[in-house]
Amino acid sequence: MSSNDVMDFGQAMEQFDPVLGFEVHVELNTRSKIFSSAPNAFGDEPNTNVTALDLGLPGTLPVVNKEVVEYAIRLGVALNAQVAESCRFARKNYFYPDTPKNFQTSQYDEPIVFDGHLDVELEDGEVFRIEIERAHLEDDAGKLTHQGGSGRIQGASASLVDYNRAGVPLIEIVTRPIVGAGDRAPELARAYVTAIRDIVKAIDISDAKMEQGNVRCDANVSLMPKGSDTFGTRTETKNVNSTRAVQHAVQHEIQRQAALLAAGGTVTQETRHWHEDTRTTTSGRPKSDADDYRYFPEPDLVPVVVDREWVERVRAELPELPAVRRKRLKAEWGFSDEEFRDVVNAGVDGEIAATVEAGATPAAARKWWMGEIARLANAREVEVSALGVEPAHVVQVEELIAAKTINDKIAKQVLGHVADGEGTPKQIVEARSLAVVSDDGALTEAVDAAIADNPDVVEKIKGGKMQAIGALIGPVMKATRGQADAGRVREIVMERLGVG
Amino acid sequence: MTESFDVNAELTADQLVRLTALQMAERLAAGTTTSVELVQAHLDRIAEYDGDPRSDAASDRGVRAYLHVNTDEALAVAAEVDAIRAAGGAEAEALHPLAGVPVAVKDNIVTVGQPTTAASTMLDGWMSPYDAHVIERIRAAKLPILGKTNMDEFAMGGSTEHSAFGITRNPWDLDRVPGGSGGGSAAAVAAFLAPFALGSDTGGSIREPAAFTGTVGMKPTYGAVSRYGVIAMASSLDQVGPAARTVTDAAALQQVIGGHDRRDSTSLPDEQADFVAAAANRDLTGVKVGVIADQSTEGFDAGVKAAFDADVQALRGAGAEIVEVSCPHFDAALAAYYLIMPSEASSNLARYDGVRYGNRVVPEGGGTIEQVMAATREAGFGPEVKRRIILGTYALSAGYYDAYYGSAQKVRTLVQEDFAAAFEKVDVLLTPTAPTPAFELGAQTTDPMAMYLNDIATIPANLAGVPGLSVPGGTVDGLPYGLQLVAPAREDARLYSVGAAVEALLDERRGTPVWAQAPDLVKGAERAAAPTAGGQQ
Repeated sequence: MSSNDVMDFGQAMEQFDPVLGFEVHVELNTRSKIFSSAPNAFGDEPNTNVTALDLGLPGTLPVVNKEVVEYAIRLGVALNAQVAESCRFARKNYFYPDTPKNFQTSQYDEPIVFDGHLDVELEDGEVFRIEIERAHLEDDAGKLTHQGGSGRIQGASASLVDYNRAGVPLIEIVTRPIVGAGDRAPELARAYVTAIRDIVKAIDISDAKMEQGNVRCDANVSLMPKGSDTFGTRTETKNVNSTRAVQHAVQHEIQRQAALLAAGGTVTQETRHWHEDTRTTTSGRPKSDADDYRYFPEPDLVPVVVDREWVERVRAELPELPAVRRKRLKAEWGFSDEEFRDVVNAGVDGEIAATVEAGATPAAARKWWMGEIARLANAREVEVSALGVEPAHVVQVEELIAAKTINDKIAKQVLGHVADGEGTPKQIVEARSLAVVSDDGALTEAVDAAIADNPDVVEKIKGGKMQAIGALIGPVMKATRGQADAGRVREIVMERLGVG
Repeated sequence: MTESFDVNAELTADQLVRLTALQMAERLAAGTTTSVELVQAHLDRIAEYDGDPRSDAASDRGVRAYLHVNTDEALAVAAEVDAIRAAGGAEAEALHPLAGVPVAVKDNIVTVGQPTTAASTMLDGWMSPYDAHVIERIRAAKLPILGKTNMDEFAMGGSTEHSAFGITRNPWDLDRVPGGSGGGSAAAVAAFLAPFALGSDTGGSIREPAAFTGTVGMKPTYGAVSRYGVIAMASSLDQVGPAARTVTDAAALQQVIGGHDRRDSTSLPDEQADFVAAAANRDLTGVKVGVIADQSTEGFDAGVKAAFDADVQALRGAGAEIVEVSCPHFDAALAAYYLIMPSEASSNLARYDGVRYGNRVVPEGGGTIEQVMAATREAGFGPEVKRRIILGTYALSAGYYDAYYGSAQKVRTLVQEDFAAAFEKVDVLLTPTAPTPAFELGAQTTDPMAMYLNDIATIPANLAGVPGLSVPGGTVDGLPYGLQLVAPAREDARLYSVGAAVEALLDERRGTPVWAQAPDLVKGAERAAAPTAGGQQ
């Protein structure tokens, strides 16, 4: 059988227990690089954000950026972890052209952060505790662009290297093995990476844009037969670049390994590459514990000493963490468990909070963000946050409704135009003449026309069949292109017919 | 010397270059010599006696100290200093006391405007876009840089025979090595081709050449001088320091280059002591001088041992208290050094791969990046460099790390403890700097172990990070030998103080400084016709 065959997930879960482990690399958004004064910036001309050190020139020496240490402390505190009183950097030696010194300056046996944990909530509210083994600092490599061929290194005719990213600070967060997730493993994988992404964003140590590579996840997966407590051979799926992909990659790897093991095969310890298009992984290079990076303490740097006052100051100044914030908002908004979870799962809790902050009621904010705005985003296949509708727009829509300038139906149209970039709701209502018709003269004219056109209906109403009024309101709304206030139309009909 | 120095005397160029750096400075201040005259005198002498390490050694009997002579820039800086002095006023007042006194620089220290090769084919033709910290200091003090001096490739060696470009000769005997790795700097100073020079010392590369050439060499406390811009061999051992003819000149040069630099994390934050003032000491009364009772002297030249014993007696006679101390772990220092140094070097030299700078060798018909890197390193590194890279790669490998690198670090701690215990009893330690005087060219090139043993007395100071100073003892069979003084970390001033007193005592006993006894060199015109003894490279 091929090592890429898969077993049905449910069947796999009957036979095996998955064991997960994650290495999440987070690019820190410090102003300068980890060991040099070069700007830490994304998207600039190649090889412009470099100093002599970033090019590995002879004689250059690293100096630890204090801001990087501060960020690591922040993460340590946020992950309920220990922050080392003293820690060292180490050299990880390997030759690769994107690594200007041909070694990475990382941390080996003395990480700055260790022994933490994170409680991760799944969509249905079930909570898993993930143990964090360590988080360590290191420098990023440069970026290779392969010319010719498929854009991969195999078959390329030449490669260009941009050292702008070389020396960008990374913190690598490593979990302990995660057992007991069972068939929730793929969901847990997604929830964990989402939680890490949200935390590093909330404590402002990273821009946390997975699509830009600010957060990069390597997922370790192994299986053990049901009832066993001996870990199987693991694979490491590299650089899975969205939270959804993490879920899919883990599920695929479980299914692939299950098929392999069930057929009597063995899992090869190796790096695997995730392919978003086919939702499969393929074999990368074999990886074994014998990989020899010849780690030794970085002799050009003295140990990083973090005094306890520093840690306590960072702890005191730490921004509210996402989990705490959600608990607070739920209470403040008075949402039910289900309502709140839906909001969080839809990823619009931040938008709702901002909308409430700007003056709308929580219920109104929820109605719009979970309703029309979500529908628009879905229809246009973009994230809600990328749609172009701002919390202030929602507040304005609510104000226009309260003032009876527009009704709900018009409001939906207005939001669509906002998403088209036509301006604020007020500007759009003005420009498109969408205000509800509240001029009684115009309405009375339309009502009179409807009465004249529908004598039979009038008869029914006069005969006491008040529900027949709807049959007159319809033509009026049609005549005013929906811009009339239906309640007011009803009142005028009753006045003109002398009923009620 | 300084006592009988007449700042106003009329001097020939030949006399001028034999002054100490501080005497040159005095004449500049007094206006009896210009910096341009001084620099020109040295340039003329270089042209007359130095030759070129890159030329065929068999037909070049020059000293061959300089890989690059910085003629135009040195003269321009000299002219600038002269102009400032001539104009007088605040700017002249603000000139550094050594402004206008020329200096030579070892070729593993990066310099804008001059090539920096570390004597390796790998970097032949490479120009640094930035200056080392010590060069910034030299420029700020306006010392004209005469040029870059020859050395063992990447500072790996004890004879300068491992330069990729060619040998340097010992001015005392042109068929002998000047020591290494800083043989170029020491030979330049001994041959009056520079009053003083910068070197770097990882296991003895400043001190051993000083001993071999009858000059003074100081390895400062680790962290006393910034390593920023010094091409690394072994980061935890490398230290920049001065080579000079007198202890006071060395002190004056360290004063210029030393002190805190935030670009080197291992740089000490300490305020520098006044080294020149310390070097004014002539009194050894009551100074506790430790001699190591239990270090093996196997392989030590009998003449050196006898001369050392005589010098110890002289110190005792001058009032020093001689105390025997025990340093039981020094015998393991050499082995530990030859694990730690190559380990760090193997990593530090990984960057030379032909990708970003330096020479690139593409295999015939092109090749993958791995093949280009391999071909570049195969062609760009000499055998000694490769030997150490392979040694270090092996020592750091999984499964060997604990036995080799790990054990070596433990020995390092024990060596530090030996020093600490010794310095509870004594102010300084005294040893011979090297087991033998300068050996003949080619004598040890095929025996790496013999070459490594030259560093046996100097290595412990690097492992412990303490300062070591080599001063000339005298001569054995017409060749200089050195005395090494070692002090506790951060006590560089104590070394200059005791070192200057020892130097004065021995000069008086001899009736002359050792460096003044060096034989005459071979002039350019005669060099061409000279017989081809020595220098097989």
